[in-house]
Amino acid sequence: MDASTIIEILNSSVRLATPLLLACLAGLYSERAGIFDIGLEGKMLTAAFFSAAVAVASGSAWLGLLAGVVSALALSGLHGVASITFRGNQLISGVALNFLAAGMTVLVAQSWFGQGGRTPSLQAGARFTPVDLPFARALADTPVVGPVYSGFVSGHTLLVYIAVLAVPLTWWVLYRTRLGLRLRAVGENPGAVDTAGVSVIRLRYMAVAICGVLCGIAGSHMATALQAGFVKDMTAGRGFIALAALIFAKWRPWQALGACLLFGFLEAVAVRYQNLSLGGITIPVQLMDALPYILTVIILAGFVGKAIPPAAGGIPYSKEA
Amino acid sequence: MAKLTNWRVMAFVAGLGMAGAAGADPALVFDLGGKFDKSFNEAAYSGAQRWVSETGGSYREIEMQSEAQREQALRRLAETGSNPIVMTGFAFGNVLNEVAPDYPDTKFVIIDMVVEQPNVRSVVFQEHEGSYLVGMLAAMASRSGTVGFIGGMDIPLIRKFACGYVQGARAVNPDAVIIQNMTGTTPAAWNDPVKGSELARAQIAQGADVIYAAAGGTGVGVLQTAADEGILSIGVDSNQNHLHPGKVLTSMLKRVDNAVYNALSQGKAVESGFFVMGLANGGVGYALDEHNEALITADMQATVDEATDSIAGGALVVHDYMSDNACPVE
Repeated sequence: MDASTIIEILNSSVRLATPLLLACLAGLYSERAGIFDIGLEGKMLTAAFFSAAVAVASGSAWLGLLAGVVSALALSGLHGVASITFRGNQLISGVALNFLAAGMTVLVAQSWFGQGGRTPSLQAGARFTPVDLPFARALADTPVVGPVYSGFVSGHTLLVYIAVLAVPLTWWVLYRTRLGLRLRAVGENPGAVDTAGVSVIRLRYMAVAICGVLCGIAGSHMATALQAGFVKDMTAGRGFIALAALIFAKWRPWQALGACLLFGFLEAVAVRYQNLSLGGITIPVQLMDALPYILTVIILAGFVGKAIPPAAGGIPYSKEA
Repeated sequence: MAKLTNWRVMAFVAGLGMAGAAGADPALVFDLGGKFDKSFNEAAYSGAQRWVSETGGSYREIEMQSEAQREQALRRLAETGSNPIVMTGFAFGNVLNEVAPDYPDTKFVIIDMVVEQPNVRSVVFQEHEGSYLVGMLAAMASRSGTVGFIGGMDIPLIRKFACGYVQGARAVNPDAVIIQNMTGTTPAAWNDPVKGSELARAQIAQGADVIYAAAGGTGVGVLQTAADEGILSIGVDSNQNHLHPGKVLTSMLKRVDNAVYNALSQGKAVESGFFVMGLANGGVGYALDEHNEALITADMQATVDEATDSIAGGALVVHDYMSDNACPVE
């Protein structure tokens, strides 16, 4: 295995990890505030469709991104109304959103474009293209630094850098700001937050909204950067893998980055080597595909430390109770 | 009790709404992919439309929304007198086997599956023959001598495509390297263009410069990445050459439209039994149109036409993976 192969696999890992990471951080905000969200998949799918559709119609990737974020925010709003205001079951609301997204995207796509539930392919200006970081060209021929900086660090789309920067930002918000402290508190003991005179409802809506924005970026990334258009069900279960990564990371931002990169790396290796042979033992590709879930189950079962979800997660808050 | 009656009335009305006025029109049942899937079901639809525009006839159609509807839909169509009833997709096999004996006077046509009942016509395609031809084209168009295959869900049918493709590529270049990947083992593998892109990138990094995608919606990602990276791709089922003009070498055509058109044209008199649509009777082929005419040289075309003739004439036999679940070449 030479250096260029390694760089290629790492690049592939980053591309595959980015939607996971954004969705994982989205889930982190929501769940840390006590709102379980298994509707990540549906929000990503909706954002993927609307970003692609608006990018096709307007020819602008940025308008597409905006539409993707707004559509995911709308679904977040629904989830919020159902599970915060009306104190419905958060899991059921999330499942409903997933079904809604799967059906609605194809229906709207069919009546809008008439191409069998997908959008036409995006032209060059309507997609996010890879950006070259400063000096990437100049450093390309330098040994060691060249391949790593020009080949790996540079040359991703803008949304990839946004996703990576979102990790320290999330850490800072959660652990170093008053908002973060309150968000975490509202997920652990909303009664205490309420007693302190801070609105639980408002905080939870805020968390759900941040979740929507991040899911929107994730979906737009898939449809307008990784791909050039929308295809039905194109998120292909990534929202659920992101949830697995969130549990794997035990609801912490830096660990979420690690978990998503690991899952992305596993997928990248599986994509490249259908059957990986390690010293006489052949690992079938199916096992590689299943590894994220297996690892999550191992973590959940408590073999590697304990994964303790936020104490008030999934419980609707009402003052009277 | 009132509730029950209401429910019955609703069911009755819904039944009428679905089946329309009773009559002897033929019916067409689309599988879960939906009528406009740009591929298999849409080909069936266009075949039916061709029949409508040529004969002025009319037909009923139903799109399946869930697995549970299959039996109900078939029985309702049969009871209201539709004849013949054409259905697309292997998933109808078991249900049809149960339903067909109950309606001995109705003719059923199933595509992509064999159901052995006296009133059923089973139509299957020789996808390996069409894949053989595009495999030849791929190997001839390749400069690196390495070509790729990306399948959708790992099922015998898709291995049949792969096996034919490999045989074709080897026929023109015995040293050709063929990289094969399957997208996954669940139905999600048909709709994962992001993974299709990654698979294509990985194959390009290993030297592939022509990639054949037999992967439904996942193939959209493969064709996109191939176009982005400046290599050639091959589409499947319907003609996908227009998706990236000049970047798609050709498409392996599966003429589901012809199968549907034939069934509707014969009407109630449709012969039952086992029908094979191969190169010999225009069931499969490769696409040549204004989008790829610059990519297919006269030499390539001559070679492929020669192979077409010998396969159709029986002089050349392409191994069918599904006959013994094995492929003689890797």
